[in-house]
Amino acid sequence: MAKKISLPLRNLTGKPVRTAVLISLTALLTLTVLAGSIIVSSLRQGLHSLEARLGADIMVVPYEATTKSRLENIVLQGNTGYFYMENALYDKVAAREGVGQISAQLYLASASAGCCSVPVQIIGFDPETDFTITPWIKKSYGKPLADLDIVVGNDLNAFVGDTLTFYGVDCRVAAKLDKTGTSFDTAVFTNQNTIKALIRSSVDRKMNDFQKLDPDKVVSCILINPADGYSVEEVVNDINIHVKKVKAIRTKEMISGISESLSGVSDITVILIAAVWLLGIVILLLAFTMSVNERKREFAVLRVIGSSRGMLASVVLREALTIGVIGGIAGAALALLIVLPFNSLIETQLGLPFLLPAAGTLIALTVAALLIAVLVSALASALSAYRISRLDPAVILRGDQT
Amino acid sequence: MKLLAEQVSKEFLRENRAKGTNSFFAVQETDFALEEGTLTVLMGRSGSGKSTLLNMLGGLSIPSSGRVLLDGNDLYALPDRERSHQRNRHFGMIPQGQTALQSLTVLENILLPYSLYGEEPDADRAEELMQLLDIGSLRDAKPAELSGGELRRTAIARALIRRPAVILADEPTGDLDDENTAAVFRLLKNAAGAGASVLVVTHENDAMQYADRLYRMHAGVLTAE
Ligand SMILES: Nc1ncnc2c1ncn2[C@@H]1O[C@H](COP(=O)(O)OP(=O)(O)OP(=O)(O)O)[C@@H](O)[C@H]1O
Ligand SMILES: [Mg+2]
Repeated sequence: MAKKISLPLRNLTGKPVRTAVLISLTALLTLTVLAGSIIVSSLRQGLHSLEARLGADIMVVPYEATTKSRLENIVLQGNTGYFYMENALYDKVAAREGVGQISAQLYLASASAGCCSVPVQIIGFDPETDFTITPWIKKSYGKPLADLDIVVGNDLNAFVGDTLTFYGVDCRVAAKLDKTGTSFDTAVFTNQNTIKALIRSSVDRKMNDFQKLDPDKVVSCILINPADGYSVEEVVNDINIHVKKVKAIRTKEMISGISESLSGVSDITVILIAAVWLLGIVILLLAFTMSVNERKREFAVLRVIGSSRGMLASVVLREALTIGVIGGIAGAALALLIVLPFNSLIETQLGLPFLLPAAGTLIALTVAALLIAVLVSALASALSAYRISRLDPAVILRGDQT
Repeated sequence: MKLLAEQVSKEFLRENRAKGTNSFFAVQETDFALEEGTLTVLMGRSGSGKSTLLNMLGGLSIPSSGRVLLDGNDLYALPDRERSHQRNRHFGMIPQGQTALQSLTVLENILLPYSLYGEEPDADRAEELMQLLDIGSLRDAKPAELSGGELRRTAIARALIRRPAVILADEPTGDLDDENTAAVFRLLKNAAGAGASVLVVTHENDAMQYADRLYRMHAGVLTAE
């Protein structure tokens, strides 16, 4: 025999359809807020990570590279491609006033033909001067990169110890980088010697767009941070005015397009969440009010049997909290099930850098979403709970004697 | 326990389109005593103020004037929480109309006064009451499946389950047949015999044969007979 009857639970199970609707509604609210905030924070993380990976305030490239808008595609979109300028330009740029850290990189794209294991962007950096890639590789690989060793981006289907072949040259995968959510996830990094060997081999095989290219005499791009006391603006202008055949670009400017579409996506997400919430809260409020109103008489009976005002309010609140907890958990689970496994799909759909936040942040977001679900159902029912606790049983029991 | 009403009255506001809002007394100032071991019957025409008086006695409706004393303690001087608990422990109220909780079975409805404060229910008492009221076979039924008379008998069993010291019944036999009406009055009479203070509001003339005392109410004025 049932000893202690839980009225809130019995009221909920007694009206399965209404309860299911309320739980689904709370679940939907939790789902939107959690999925939305994970997506927004992934986009922020992605942009952040992109900024960090670019690592330099200024990028100097051959003038032709900018006209074909190739540069942004390579750096931001993960397209493959390459361009070169004479070494002498590097010296000219390096000699300008206000140039602080400076390092050159060499680019090469591997072909999808038989010569190469995978078509990827290959980026060669100079270990002597590099300040953008080395700090980041260090996290995955402690030692300096040996010749013919490569570090691969996280999205590449290669693992430490594997051998990848580019233009007939075998390279050993020394390390795999952590995910960045940017186009660097599909790139391969080498030191200067290695990329030069690869370029030479591609020229020998007549598979390079540039014939008679001598890798010892060219660079693809120059990365610069301004020296102390100089602004990015000043250095960029100085280089653009005084060094011919190159173009200096602020990296911030390059990714400003991305930040813009990112804030666009964030705004839309926030508006969607707000709309769903406004609607959801109104429906919840109405549903709780109606469900309590239709049971006014039952609550009056509880008073007759000896429930205090507080006990009535607690029945209403506990019903709502139960719905909040169950709906919250269901919605949060759904959100994680949708966003986590499909995050790369979302990334390609949005075409923006997208990096899931760390586990700790994810947990915090989930807990916050759960709390919000519980809080909202508590608030939505608070008014009903208050009104029920104030009801006059004598008046209620007089009316409608059915 | 003895229930005493001292100079209680109840004033209501009544909206009237023609004359505007005015107040009237549903119960005029009156003294009233409900003695232990007696069954008191209150009769009167519809709208004369019987339910209003009964609700004031049960601690459900604050009197406009006067006091209600349970064994000498002013019921309305207590905070709501305590007054409610008193009602749970010492009062068995049968309100007018249908009062079952839809999500609970008949048996759970009957045992509800125990579960409100998490007490061990008296299963034997429930069994006994269901037998006496002839609803034993309905124990697991939901209120929606019951007839008006069956619901009424469920409410009576619920009011009597804790063997309350004060029983306040508002037309408990309104929709019962003669046989069940007699059974209910026998139950109430037995409760009075066991020491309870019982007040029954009724229109049944047969009730007189069970009454130790008889009161009549007319337009808010209470008179003993
Ligand atoms: N909350 C209220 N507000 C205004 N008037 C009320 C209120 N409650 C009762 N009344 C009025 O007080 C009078 C007495 O009502 P009460 O319910 O006590 O009558 P009753 O004797 O129990 O009638 P019945 O036999 O029909 O149950 C009626 O005229 C009723 O309209
Ligand atoms: Mg009445």
